[in-house]
Amino acid sequence: MNSRQKILDNIEKNKPAFVSLPDTKNLFATGNENVVKKFSEVLESISSTVKKVNGWQDIPDEISGLKNNGNYVLNAVEEINNDREIIINKTKDELEKSDYVFIKGEIAVAENGAVWVTEKNAANRLLPFICRHLCLIIDSKNIVHNMHDAYEKIKIDETGFGVFISGPSKTADIEQSLVIGAHGALDLTVYIIQ
Amino acid sequence: MKEAIINHAQSAKQFNTDEARVNWHDETLWMVRSKRDKAAKSVEEWETLRSLASSVKEHTLSNLNEYLIEFEKQANKNGVKVYWAADAKEHNEIVLKIINEEKISKVVKSKSMLTEECHLNKYLEQNGIEVVDTDLGERIVQFRKEIPSHIVLPAIHLKKSDVSETFNQYLGTEKNNTDPQYLTSAARVHLREKFLSSEVAITGVNFAIAETGAVVVCTNEGNADMGVHAARVHIASMGIEKIIPKANHLGIFLRLLARSATGQPITTYSSHYHRAREGASMHIVIVDNGRSRQLANENFRNSLKCIRCGACFNTCPVYRRSSGHSYHNAIAGPIGSVLAPNMDKQKNYDLPFASTLCGSCTNVCPVKINLHEQLWKWRQLLTEEGYVSVGKKMMMKIMAFVLSYPLLYQIAGKSARFALTYFPFMLKIKKINPWYVNREMPQAPKQSFTSWYIQHKK
Repeated sequence: MNSRQKILDNIEKNKPAFVSLPDTKNLFATGNENVVKKFSEVLESISSTVKKVNGWQDIPDEISGLKNNGNYVLNAVEEINNDREIIINKTKDELEKSDYVFIKGEIAVAENGAVWVTEKNAANRLLPFICRHLCLIIDSKNIVHNMHDAYEKIKIDETGFGVFISGPSKTADIEQSLVIGAHGALDLTVYIIQ
Repeated sequence: MKEAIINHAQSAKQFNTDEARVNWHDETLWMVRSKRDKAAKSVEEWETLRSLASSVKEHTLSNLNEYLIEFEKQANKNGVKVYWAADAKEHNEIVLKIINEEKISKVVKSKSMLTEECHLNKYLEQNGIEVVDTDLGERIVQFRKEIPSHIVLPAIHLKKSDVSETFNQYLGTEKNNTDPQYLTSAARVHLREKFLSSEVAITGVNFAIAETGAVVVCTNEGNADMGVHAARVHIASMGIEKIIPKANHLGIFLRLLARSATGQPITTYSSHYHRAREGASMHIVIVDNGRSRQLANENFRNSLKCIRCGACFNTCPVYRRSSGHSYHNAIAGPIGSVLAPNMDKQKNYDLPFASTLCGSCTNVCPVKINLHEQLWKWRQLLTEEGYVSVGKKMMMKIMAFVLSYPLLYQIAGKSARFALTYFPFMLKIKKINPWYVNREMPQAPKQSFTSWYIQHKK
């Protein structure tokens, strides 16, 4: 008998009597909390920068500013002129040279500062992780209260890969001293479109 | 009965010879526990979340084979290859075979307690594969040829001076530079090179979604994603108990996991892998290795609900003062002590005794595992089955005998008070009275509780 069958048979034989699944629809619906305020506060508490902008049209100026300072910037945002064609074809060694990266977030979560970024948003799966400075852009309309609301809104298998990103990469593996900037981005800026 | 090679008590004694280090270890883990409390209290519905998480897992375990089949079907639909391993050996062989078929000799691995449990690194290295652990704490212990001492904080037993010395030796960092920022940057540079040059990435799995065939991995460092997206081949190893039925259940578990582990509202990255990108491949190895046996035992099956947050470690007074390596098992702490005897009673019979049964572990567990009750149950079982040393067993028998006869108990109490009053030096001979080793003897009360009670009863 192969291992698959053996494992499944053992479970069938050993599992407890059937217990029904609790209802987990519409959990902890919340009233009129100011999600933009909460989201911004949480982000700032986890070493991230929040910038409020009026619309997508403000992003190209930000990008030009960074480029003028000599930064290598890659922009994956479909709403504006972007570098998606270039990004898709870049090798990992080329992507490693990126200073700033701009990516649109689909949904953001007020309770924990997380932004849902899909493979489609990023154009290349490696992009949000390999850059030095990550810039995520989220429309304030798409900020929800908690994780339950987030999973109601997103379809997790719409693309092959999706990730909640909350803050810059970090570690406390050396004597529990918090160090911002581990293997992923060294810092995070979130642009909220008002 | 043969003693374990070095049992928990002996190793703990060794760890306790450096008092300053023990105090630091104790206080640091307590600080993590305090952060967890603060995070938990900030969520109004915390207790409801714990109950829901526990019920979802309870349901899942009662239907586990069906969910595994559904998961496999969905994963296959996503173009993912699914493998089944009955034990650690089969798991390691499957992983090696995948690597060899790709003709690759360098592998990066992100945190996975399962691969620790299977001793995968050693097996791959013996077969000529270079394995690099990419979680910072795991890389540190890998350099030092140690194992993680904590499932979430792998290098918590080390001081920054230890890390500085290790990095000086292996990465050429400045001697005596102990700045965590400096040391972390050095590791980033070192591991970037590994990420960019490895074509196979191995990850663990935090949650596997039956409904969609996804594996979800949570990290703060971003190492899982750097590894997976830079590689051509992704191998994810998971225990059969990682399954949850639906995507929306992640809302419950992700709200609990990081808050319980470190007091963060969520980990920096919660990555959902469904399909490999174009030109790459994804493989999932589902491992039993004793879990279906644990499922059969109604006393211990609850332990399979564990989401590996480590909260029970941080709160445990014994773990905090004995450190993870004393548990001689891939998973230490209260949950490790419940899981380990199922794997090997002979080797791990001492672990359920490494507890004060204070119940703090049960109180912080986000999926409500009755840890202290299971530890107590294991003690009974292991004693019945003859794994416990003759001395301990005799003492227990004498205690039980004395406690079941009131007259004997009175005499025993009287003798103890007499000895404490008139021959205290006798009780301070550590060979006669091991209880005195790390404790002071109490003052003897003038009378027994019984006589006090009779006097005061009106």
